[in-house]
Amino acid sequence: MKTFVIGGIKAPENKLTAGTPIAVMPLPKQAVIHLSQHAGEAATPIVAVGDKVKTGQLIGKNNGFISANIHSSVSGTVTKIEAVADAGGVKNMSVFIDVAPDEWDERVSSDSHIEVPRSFAEWARGCPCGAYYHKNFCSAFPDERKLCYDRFRSFVADEEASPEEVIEKIKDAGIVGMGGAAFPTHVKLSPPPNTKAEILIINAVECEPYLTSDHALMLEHGIEILEGVRILKYAAKVKKAVIGIENNKKDAIKHLTELAKRHFCGISIVPLKIRYPQGSEKQLVEAITGQQIPNGQLPIAVGAIVQNVGTAYAVYEAIANNKPLIERIVTVTGKHLTKPVNLSVRIGTPIHDLIAYAGGLPDDSCKVVAGGPMMGRALPSLDLPVTKGTSGILVLSAADTDRKTMRNCIRCARCTNVCCMGLNPSLLMNAVDFKDWDLVENNAILNCIECGSCSFVCPSNRPLLDYIRKGKTRIRAMMKVRAKRNNS
Amino acid sequence: MNLTVTLSPHIHSGDSIEKRMYSVLFALAPAWLVSLYFFGLGALIVTLVSVASCLLFEYLIQRFLLKGTPTIGDGSAILTGVLLAFNLPSNLSPALVVLGALVAIGLGKMAFGGLGNNIFNPALLGRVFLLISFPAQMTVWPQPGTFPLEYTDATTGATVLSMLKGHWGTLPATADLWIGNIGGSLGEVSAIALLLGGIFLLWRKIITWHIPVAVLGTVAVFTGIMHAVDPELYAEPLIHLLSGGLLLGAFFMATDYVTSPMSRNGMLVYGVGIGIITVVIRLFGSYPEGVSFAILTMNAFTPIINIYIKNKKFGEVKS
Repeated sequence: MKTFVIGGIKAPENKLTAGTPIAVMPLPKQAVIHLSQHAGEAATPIVAVGDKVKTGQLIGKNNGFISANIHSSVSGTVTKIEAVADAGGVKNMSVFIDVAPDEWDERVSSDSHIEVPRSFAEWARGCPCGAYYHKNFCSAFPDERKLCYDRFRSFVADEEASPEEVIEKIKDAGIVGMGGAAFPTHVKLSPPPNTKAEILIINAVECEPYLTSDHALMLEHGIEILEGVRILKYAAKVKKAVIGIENNKKDAIKHLTELAKRHFCGISIVPLKIRYPQGSEKQLVEAITGQQIPNGQLPIAVGAIVQNVGTAYAVYEAIANNKPLIERIVTVTGKHLTKPVNLSVRIGTPIHDLIAYAGGLPDDSCKVVAGGPMMGRALPSLDLPVTKGTSGILVLSAADTDRKTMRNCIRCARCTNVCCMGLNPSLLMNAVDFKDWDLVENNAILNCIECGSCSFVCPSNRPLLDYIRKGKTRIRAMMKVRAKRNNS
Repeated sequence: MNLTVTLSPHIHSGDSIEKRMYSVLFALAPAWLVSLYFFGLGALIVTLVSVASCLLFEYLIQRFLLKGTPTIGDGSAILTGVLLAFNLPSNLSPALVVLGALVAIGLGKMAFGGLGNNIFNPALLGRVFLLISFPAQMTVWPQPGTFPLEYTDATTGATVLSMLKGHWGTLPATADLWIGNIGGSLGEVSAIALLLGGIFLLWRKIITWHIPVAVLGTVAVFTGIMHAVDPELYAEPLIHLLSGGLLLGAFFMATDYVTSPMSRNGMLVYGVGIGIITVVIRLFGSYPEGVSFAILTMNAFTPIINIYIKNKKFGEVKS
């Protein structure tokens, strides 16, 4: 089974919610929608206090190329627009909406399920070679003859959309990477000139312990995901798409493989050996293509475009149903929660509502993490809202997350053996501690992807990654000053 | 409700220094039981005295000289004590054992600041100190019996390596080398028991294969070449692999975390170095056995190996 080569750990999976169906979270009383939920510039608000907004209506306009539109996830009245501290403690301009019952923006079709044809014969009757087929696909992808579902056809065929127009539509829908980093999807789909994408890699690895939102999505919306992948393939102008899934989701692998075989061309499903941090872009590209992305470069350097599986679903919704990115699947989990669940949640719903839905905060809770336990962010407050990048809410007790006393480094080399970038974390930590910045920089500290494996395995409980982050910040600042000096 | 906010990762593997140290001790148990069988009371006394004095010295130094919290619970002092005992003849008088423990813990470990900071393997430092200062007592080896009750008055004889060095005596059968029915230091005699422990360490991922394979491979190849050159003068590789402290050294002493390199290639270089120095001392030096000196010498090279030999980084552009 495929996997990446350097380092990696076997983390305890703790997928408590694997196999539980997606429940729909009721609407909140008040939604708080951050205008910066993505990498890049914050969106500019285009509503005013007192405005009535509808579900799916644009409320924040993207601000430049690396930015994303923000839509209202609920209907109601805008009560205030002000900067509040977000999960990272940064002031983030936010729109507060008092929620009324849903009233959808006219263009959005809120019914999003595709009727899956039960048999090949039934499906073939409604498909291509006849009525559902369109010339855009015909000329660009002659091998995609079997692919057309009417929803997609209605957009691409009726509007004769080119790949660029599809990307524009994705941009309008405010779609960003759903894996956690929230990088705007349209940017990733528009590779720089002189590069050529050859393969679309769909990240359905979900290597973080506890999280199952992608897993649940694949089980319940397999056909929509594959449809989204096909749209992404069309937009990125590639012939081949590969969905990488870790082998602890055997049911999802089987489900998607069957669907893809029956209804789609050029989409293959690759099971991957269970190993953290396989969901990291660099590691995933290596696992699937066998090529390492050179330092400081993007996946396009080896001809790959990587998108999250949740993003593929969002893309399908945007193209087929005109539905912007206003909701996502969030795994609400923790060993002590009475009812861990996979929830379909509107963006802007306060996190305490989610925890209340899952049975309330247990008494012994110590930390609430947005994301997974390895790379997630500990939340300072439960009033913070769900954002486009929130893949999970994890409630940890003191016993789960206790940091034990730091001891001397015994140079056991566990950290160097698990480092997926081939660095020496113990050396970096000491160098940062001694403020030997040359040594820090020469040992490639900026390559660190902050997967946390080193701190996780350290038998001396040394906070290696904390020190490495400190070093990275320092080195970045130094490089900035150096660049400024060289320019002047 | 007060929420704790820290940076990620938020979970830990639960691995600890204690788990690792006690795993190594567990891996040493078979070899110790074998030596109890062959060397009897002496083996028991030397081990107990060694462990007790290592613990005591570490406690006293930590408490009164370094004025820190005592760390004797982490298992490393016990391990040093056991390894020191394994490298001593089982008829050594308790006073010398205590002296060895003082050098091992005091000079080898605590003088540098305790666990993790030492340059040389503490147990080997203790042993080599005794070997150089008390060569007579350190080179008389009790002969194996069946749980003998003699201690300092045990019958003594030669080790395989001293027989090879002096070209006298009849070598024991290879089966006795495997089982440990030969004269030698307390814990080094039984090849099977040591291999069993080594395999346990590899299986539990306490050590990686690099150092033991490099050490044993180098010794096998080097002595194999010499044996091919002159079979009369140089013994065959298997005898070298099974005799003396080689297996004990390769699996339990050379792999000491603190004093061995951190990168995989560095470990190989370090292991090859130990193998070469061992064979050179055994075949051409004045001591019959050279594993201790070889490991201590390569310990000194560990910092420089760490600087120059590093693991391959992800995504390094080939130029």
